[in-house]
Amino acid sequence: MTDKPRVGVLALQGDFDAHRRAIERAGGDAVEVRTAEDLRDVEGLVIPGGESTTMLKLLNDEHLFEPVREFGKRKPVFGTCAGAILLASEVVNPHQDSLGLVDITVERNAYGRQIDSRISDIELDDGKTEAVFIRAPVIRRVGQGVKVLASYRNDPVLVEQGRHLIATFHPELSRDISIHRKFLETLIQNGDGRDDENPSR
Amino acid sequence: MNFQTDQFRLKVGLAEMLKGGVIMDVVNAEQAVVAEKAGAVAVMALERVPADIRKEGGVARMSQIRIIRDIMEAVSIPVMAKVRIGHFMEARILEVLGVDYIDESEVLTPADEEHHVSKHDFKVPFVCGARNLGEALRRIAEGAAMIRTKGEAGSGNIVEAVRHIRTIVKEMKQLTVLGKEELVHEAKNLQAPLELVEYVAEHGKLPVPNFSAGGIATPADAALVMQLGAEAVFVGSGIFKSSDPETRARAIVKAATYYRDPVKLLEASEELGEAMPGLEISKLESSELMQTRGW
Repeated sequence: MTDKPRVGVLALQGDFDAHRRAIERAGGDAVEVRTAEDLRDVEGLVIPGGESTTMLKLLNDEHLFEPVREFGKRKPVFGTCAGAILLASEVVNPHQDSLGLVDITVERNAYGRQIDSRISDIELDDGKTEAVFIRAPVIRRVGQGVKVLASYRNDPVLVEQGRHLIATFHPELSRDISIHRKFLETLIQNGDGRDDENPSR
Repeated sequence: MNFQTDQFRLKVGLAEMLKGGVIMDVVNAEQAVVAEKAGAVAVMALERVPADIRKEGGVARMSQIRIIRDIMEAVSIPVMAKVRIGHFMEARILEVLGVDYIDESEVLTPADEEHHVSKHDFKVPFVCGARNLGEALRRIAEGAAMIRTKGEAGSGNIVEAVRHIRTIVKEMKQLTVLGKEELVHEAKNLQAPLELVEYVAEHGKLPVPNFSAGGIATPADAALVMQLGAEAVFVGSGIFKSSDPETRARAIVKAATYYRDPVKLLEASEELGEAMPGLEISKLESSELMQTRGW
């Protein structure tokens, strides 16, 4: 491993460039991922915001769905908004396939349309942060082993399971990079991540 | 002009989510479903695609509400709709309806020949067309949260889209090497607020996402404008006026992601049927051009 952790950002569509900037500000090295080969030399993966239907279609058509799922069995994945939808074990409104790396049920567009998008403060363990919700999903169920790190109006909005992290909002669109930092720490602790039964966190 | 307000950040935020994607014109729920399945990041709800507006003539207005509503119910991706330039009441109606983005568009017949909608006054975000940097910055000053280069809608001809994206990118690059006093002069030439001119000079890009529209008919067209600096593409008549819309829609979606990868672009182009018929721009009367609408 080099000094800077190499973080892949799934760049099929969406705000992957905002994630690249956030990762670099948090001290990581960001690499755009568009093919299965691109996954080889990254230590973690970010699935950005965007349209989950578009990303899911490209994951399938470009034979990336299984490689990303396999990647997630060894290495940390961080999903925001559309990324949260893709990582969930179940998606409703409407139902769609997902990677199933985190045991949650997610309802798409649960706050409504764009005019219902909002920016609100949420409480983390170590203080407040801003949460940018854009046509955001809501986590309707969290499975055993899923830890809720922050909530908004009683719904979990930031959760982790093992090495994976999920936000229904967009930390990449805020100045505060503490959530990206947290992901980078997970990534460093995970190392080469060979032992799936005993994740480092 | 404060671009750091929560409202403006949310508007730009949705545009950020559409980057690397394809926004497709659709005239009914059935087409909207085809577009969503093919991987569109959003649909533009219309009564007629630009090629038909061009052919049929007459006044082109905001679409029938029933059509837009049907489309909103049929798909889970964002739905956009067009209003006539300057027609802030059509915009108020679409805002209440709940569309996710409004396109104040030169494709419809302008309602006001001097003024555009004051877009900061709305909660719903707006996208506007531009042919050059001055137009783009004036629209942003009015509150547009996304710019799309105009091209020539309904022409199936990429030449104007290329001209417009090249012009804007070149004009932005030129600003980055100028001194402060020169920027004041440039703001005057561009007829744009100094504050925005200074932003572009510092960052080398617009303060909002910059997409491309007007004449994109093939995966290669989409890849071309993205290589030239567009961050996503609008495809109007190009999809549903082609012989096999579904295949073409999928191919253009693939091209928007892999625009730097000729092997993937070959794959995307392989199965295509016939593209929409194209128009030569020089054969159009100046009164037939849509790109010159907007001030």
